[in-house]
Amino acid sequence: MSEKLNSALDTAGPQAGRIEDLWWLLFGFCAVVFVAVMAVLVAALVRRRTPDESMEPTYAGQRTALRYVGAGVLATGAILLGFLIASVTTDRGLDEIETGGARVLTITGRQWWWEIRYEDARPDRVVVTANEIHVPVGQPVLLRLRASDVIHSFWVPSLAGKRDLIPGRDTGLWIQANRPGTFQGQCAEFCGYQHAHMRFLVIAQPPAEFDAWLEGQRASAPEPATDEERRGREVFLAGSCVMCHTIRGTAAGSIVGPDLTHLASRQTIAAGARPNTRDHLAAWVADPQRTKPGARMPVPELPPADLQALVTYLRSLR
Amino acid sequence: MIGDDFYSSPPARALAARGRTGNVCGYGDYAQDSPPAEIVRADAASRTAVLSELRAGPGNPTERKRASLYDDNAWAVSEGQRWFQAFNCNGCHANGGGCIGPALMDDVWIYGFEPENIRATIIEGRPNGMPSFRGRVTEQQAWEFVAYVRSLGGLLRKDVEPGRSDSTNARLAPQSLQKPRQSE
Repeated sequence: MSEKLNSALDTAGPQAGRIEDLWWLLFGFCAVVFVAVMAVLVAALVRRRTPDESMEPTYAGQRTALRYVGAGVLATGAILLGFLIASVTTDRGLDEIETGGARVLTITGRQWWWEIRYEDARPDRVVVTANEIHVPVGQPVLLRLRASDVIHSFWVPSLAGKRDLIPGRDTGLWIQANRPGTFQGQCAEFCGYQHAHMRFLVIAQPPAEFDAWLEGQRASAPEPATDEERRGREVFLAGSCVMCHTIRGTAAGSIVGPDLTHLASRQTIAAGARPNTRDHLAAWVADPQRTKPGARMPVPELPPADLQALVTYLRSLR
Repeated sequence: MIGDDFYSSPPARALAARGRTGNVCGYGDYAQDSPPAEIVRADAASRTAVLSELRAGPGNPTERKRASLYDDNAWAVSEGQRWFQAFNCNGCHANGGGCIGPALMDDVWIYGFEPENIRATIIEGRPNGMPSFRGRVTEQQAWEFVAYVRSLGGLLRKDVEPGRSDSTNARLAPQSLQKPRQSE
């Protein structure tokens, strides 16, 4: 997991770049206005009335005051109008992207994880994974956003603005990464108990590397190589796991929980709640509610030996 | 109640021939020439035939104690509802309305309405189609199922029933002034 914090000022794509430009524009103008207001305030404090100055308002004094107030109102209006124009221009610019033949991903927000589906004209080449989006560098990708339960919001600060995922309604978002890297994403609409643990990673790779990754994800799960792994698969298929999860290449094909076909290739488990290590995975499977209270996964109630075999098998799903 | 298992089920085909189809659906196909006299008499009088006075009894105290943890627990009931949809119970029980499997929202409990009876139905399965979910659902899930199934039958307190469902539902809204139904 990248140690870098999410930041809309550390941009890696054209959309996020436009938003960053707008941010700096607003920041610059507001800073100038703030400094000007403070300077006038200080000047007023320093320049006191002289003792012999009359308190009576004069005609000329009132004219001068009126001119200053009028100029201030006009300047404020002009700046706000400028902000409005800049904001609308940025908003429209977010959709201006070269999209010919772009790859389409369907992203479904669920409590509390992300289902990622790489669409393909051939159904057998569709790839389903979870909580980790790989994209080719320099190519636009269209995200079709859906929600299965409540409203979520898709936000990768380094790549684009936020876009809500609304049940029963498709929304869309273009993203493009201009440089390789790992970018953090986060659900940005409060969606329940584990909203904060509904994270994901966007991994931008050179196109050749990306294609190799996608081809790897298309493959079925590897066959277990050792007795321990074989026993783990038995535990998986004979127990309650199979009721919710898919492992392609086995009889497990349920779509309630995340697809586990290539679980070991992901960097995190439980939607970014923990790094994907053996210890964390074992703790998660043994008692999901301890790692992520309220998570939709029940406690599988497995004997320790079965649990260890199961974790060994899951770790082999590269 | 018109029949419950291999021994007291009515001969479906013979009943269907007499134009009685409503209660026969889902109880299998017993190619017997004529239904028992008691059923014919009950049918003619438009009343319900009771073939057996046997009733499912309560379970052991441990199960009873565990069931009580789930029955008054709104979270457990809503989890049960989620499993009910996720595991395609609707495929046979159609949101509790009944289709291939019996209805769950009426007051007929073929194998008993006590939590232990319903748990046994889920874990052990029943003849004529109800599969066994032993090992497929965890103990906790089984009890959550039980709580939800009991809520479908109107056996639970109104305030623990799920407030909303994503599917169309023939039941009255939980907050309505519907009288609690008496179980059989």
